[in-house]
Amino acid sequence: MAPALAWLAALMVVPCGLVLALAFFRRGIYGGIEYTFTLENFGLAFDPLYAGIFLNSARIAGTATLIAVVIGYAAAYAIAAAPRRLQPVFLFFAVLPFWSNYLIRTYAWIVLLNREGLLTQLLRWFGYEGEPPSLLYTEGAVITGLVYNYLPFVILACYAPLARLNPELGEASRDLGASAMTTFRRVILPLTLPGIAAGAVFVFVLSIGNFVTPALLGGGRFQMIGNLVYDQFLTANDWPFGAALSMALIAIMMLLLTVQAMAAERASGRARTAEGDAAHG
Amino acid sequence: MSDPKTLLSIDNVSKNFGSVVAVDGVSLDIRENEFFALLGPSGCGKTTLLRVLAGFEAPSGGRLLLDGKDIARIPPNRRPVNLMFQSYALFPHMSVRANISYGLEMEKLPAAEIRGRVDEMLATTQLSELADRKPEQLSGGQKQRVALARALVKKPRLLLLDEPLGALDKKLRGAMQLELKRLQDDVGITFVIVTHDQEEALVMADRMAVLKDGRLLQCDTPHEIYEHPADRFVADFIGVMNFCPGKAGADGVMTTEGILLKGTMPQGLATGDAAVAAVRPERIHIFPAEGIENRTGGKVAALAYHGLDLQLHIQTSLNDKPFLVRVTADAADRRPIGVGDAVEIGWSAADTRIFKD
Amino acid sequence: MADRPKPGRSPLWLVLTLVYGFLYIPIAVLVALSFNEGGLPTVWSGFSLKWYGSLAANSEILSAALNTLIVALVSTAIATLLGTLLALGIEMRRRHGRALEALIFAPMIIPDIVLAIALLSFFSMLNITMGLHTIVLAHVVFNLAFVCSVVRARLKSFDWSIVEASSDLGASATTTFRRVTLPVILPAVIAGALLAFTLSVDEFIIAYFTAGAGRASTTLPMQIYSMIRFGITPEINALATIVMAVSIAALTLSQRLNRTVAP
Repeated sequence: MAPALAWLAALMVVPCGLVLALAFFRRGIYGGIEYTFTLENFGLAFDPLYAGIFLNSARIAGTATLIAVVIGYAAAYAIAAAPRRLQPVFLFFAVLPFWSNYLIRTYAWIVLLNREGLLTQLLRWFGYEGEPPSLLYTEGAVITGLVYNYLPFVILACYAPLARLNPELGEASRDLGASAMTTFRRVILPLTLPGIAAGAVFVFVLSIGNFVTPALLGGGRFQMIGNLVYDQFLTANDWPFGAALSMALIAIMMLLLTVQAMAAERASGRARTAEGDAAHG
Repeated sequence: MSDPKTLLSIDNVSKNFGSVVAVDGVSLDIRENEFFALLGPSGCGKTTLLRVLAGFEAPSGGRLLLDGKDIARIPPNRRPVNLMFQSYALFPHMSVRANISYGLEMEKLPAAEIRGRVDEMLATTQLSELADRKPEQLSGGQKQRVALARALVKKPRLLLLDEPLGALDKKLRGAMQLELKRLQDDVGITFVIVTHDQEEALVMADRMAVLKDGRLLQCDTPHEIYEHPADRFVADFIGVMNFCPGKAGADGVMTTEGILLKGTMPQGLATGDAAVAAVRPERIHIFPAEGIENRTGGKVAALAYHGLDLQLHIQTSLNDKPFLVRVTADAADRRPIGVGDAVEIGWSAADTRIFKD
Repeated sequence: MADRPKPGRSPLWLVLTLVYGFLYIPIAVLVALSFNEGGLPTVWSGFSLKWYGSLAANSEILSAALNTLIVALVSTAIATLLGTLLALGIEMRRRHGRALEALIFAPMIIPDIVLAIALLSFFSMLNITMGLHTIVLAHVVFNLAFVCSVVRARLKSFDWSIVEASSDLGASATTTFRRVTLPVILPAVIAGALLAFTLSVDEFIIAYFTAGAGRASTTLPMQIYSMIRFGITPEINALATIVMAVSIAALTLSQRLNRTVAP
C-alpha cells in the first residue's frame, strides 16, 4: 500500500500543490518565475481578451455537452430497453471507440470534413455545384469532434442509472394511469437525471480543458482554456498564469460537481413540496 | 341472497412467449367483491396471468370480459384495474403522500378531491403519520401498506396483488393476512392475489384457482379444494396428504400388498388403472374403532412434537414413505406412544380420496 | 400495449442504428482508406498493403513505436504491482478514510492537461532531465489508479473467510497469498494490466508535456499528432488502423477477463 500512496503523493499531490503555489507567483522578466506573492494571475482572467476566450470555450463546451447528453441519453435508453442478453454487447460496442486513440478519432473527422473529404464528395454526389463549403476548421467541426469523442462516456454514464432503475416503477406509473410520456417525465427522468448530470460535468470540463480538438479540427482558430494553458507553458512561457488557468479548470469542475449534487438534493426536495402543495391546494 | 355477480370473466385466455406457453387456455370467473387467489408453484403461469389482467402482457388468445366488455386490448393506464407490485415499486423520489396521489393526479381530479381521498386512504391504512416520509425511510410492512394505498385510492374495479406478503417476515405475514382481509371487506373492492403459499391462499381467499404449467386444475372455495381436490397434484400441493399407490378396483384401490382401500371412485377411472388412495393426516385414527373400513399395521418411525399436536411418522407396508399422522396432544397424553412401537392405524372410506396415478 | 419499450417495434432501433453509425463510420472510413492504393480519401483505386509497407520502412515511426512499447510495458508492470498491492491493502482493512478514496479517485478524473503541466513544472523545478523515464513516472500515476479500481471491484465480492480457512489449514501467509488470494484475483489483475497498457499506449497529453526536448523520446501518439498537424500522408491511416486494432484487442481481452471494467 505504502509504495503506491508514496507514488501518488510524490507525482500527483506534490506537483498539483506546486501548480497551486505557482499560480500565486509573478512571472519573471525572461519567462522565469519571480517568487513574490500576487493575485494578478487570477485577475488576468477578467482581462477582456481572456474573458472572451473563457466565454467562447464555455459556449462551445456547453453546446457539445448538451448535444452529447441528448444523443447519449437516447442511446442509453435504447440499450437499456433492449433484450437483457444483448445489452452488454450493445454497451461494449458503444464504449469501444472510447478506448481507441483520441488523436485517431479526431483525425478521422479531418478525413471526413476536409475540402476534399467524404462529406464534400457526398454533397457533390447529391448535385451540389460550386465551391465546397468549408466544414473543417469551424466551430461546428470542433463541437462535432468533442461530441464524437465523449459520446461513449455519456452513454455509459446514462446507462448506469437507467439499468439500475426498477422496470416495475415504469409499469407502476402506467398502471396508475400515466401515459408513456408522463411516465418518462415524472418517474424515469427525475430518477436518472442526477447520475447523468455528474457525467455531463465531466464532459464539460474535459471539453473546456481540451486543446487537441480545437487545434486539429478548429485549425487553431478556436481557443479553449486548454489551448491557453498549453500556450502559457509551451510558447508564452508564463507558467504562473498557466497554473492559475489550470487551477481555474479544477475549480470549475469542483464547482459544477457541487452544484450538481446540491441541485439533485434540491430537486428531490422540491418535487416533494410541489406534489405536497398540489395535493394540499 | 341473489346470485353473486360475475365481475371479470377470463375466457379461454392463453399467453405464449415464443414457443413457451405460459398460460394455456384458462377460463374462470371472478365475482364481485370476492377475495380470489391464484395459486400454484413457481412457473405455473400465475404471474403471467396477473400481468395479462393488468395489461402489461397482451393475451395470445381468448377474451377478458370486465363488466361484460372485452378489455384485452386496453393499455394498462386506461384499465380500471390496478396492480400492487411484488417489489411494491414505490417511486423513491416521491413522498408517501405523493406516491398515493400520483394515480389520482393522472385522472386530472381537482386538487381538493385528491387531497381528501388521499387523507382518507392514509387514515384507512394507518399511514397518516408517515405521509411526508420517503419510501427509503419506511419499514417493509409500511412500504407494503403504501403500495396498497396507492393502488386502492384509485378505487379500481379490480385490485391485483402479486405475492403481496412475499417480502415480509413470517410473523408480520400472519398479521397482514388478516389485515388485508379486513381491508378488502372495508373498501368493497375485488381482490385477486397471486401466491405460491397454499396456506396463505387457504386463510385469505373466498375462492381460489390452482394452476400448473399454465393450465387451470381446479377453481373452488378453499374448503372444497382441501376436501375434494380435483387430482393428485392438487391433493399434494394443498396441505399434507398420504398416498397409497395401487390399482383401481370396483370400490377402492387395491394396493400392491393386496389390501383394498375403500373410497369413492372418481369418474373416468377404469378397473385395473394405476390409482392412488389418499388421506389427510388429521383423518387417520390411531387404534381405530370398529367399523372403520381402511386399516393397516405399522411401526412408529419418528415423532415430532408441535405443541398443539403430535406428528407421527408411521412406516407401513402400503407405501415406501411413512404415513404422516396428526394426533392431538390431548389424545397423545391419554395413550403415550414411543418410537419403535407397533400401532394400528385406520381411516374411513368417506375420508379416502382416490385419484388416477 | 406492453409497457417496457420493445426496440423491435419502436424508434429505439433507429436511435441505435444512427448512434452506432455515427460512432463507427469515421473509424470504418479510416480503416478502409488504409488499404486504398492511391491514398486519396475520395477515390478508391484498389486494395493495397502499400501504406503498411511504407510504415514499416519509416524509421521515425518505428522508433516512436518502440518508445511507446517501452513506456507502456514498464509503466504497466509498475502500476500493476503497486495498484494490486494498494487494492489489497485497502480492501483488507474494512475502514478507510474519504481522503484515501479521493486520492485514488483523483488521477482518474483530473483533466489530463492539469496533471501534464503539474508534472512538467515539478520535473523542471527539480531539474530532472525529461525523457522516457519521466513519461513512465507520469503514466504510473493514472495507471495504478485504474489497476487498483479494477482489482478492488473483484475484491468487493471476495470472501475473506477463505483466507482464514487457508491459514486454519496450516498455510503460511505467503502460501495463502500464492495458493488462494492470487488465483482468485488474477483475472482482475490481468484485466487491470491490459487496461493500463491500452491507456498508456494511447496517452498523448501527459507524454507530450513530460517527454522533454528532442526526438529521442517521441511516443507514437506524439508522432501521430505531429503527422496530423504537419502534413497528412496516407501512412497515418495505416498507423491508425494498427494502433486501434491493438487497443481494441487489449480491451476486448480485458473485458472478457473482467466484466466489471468501466472507464
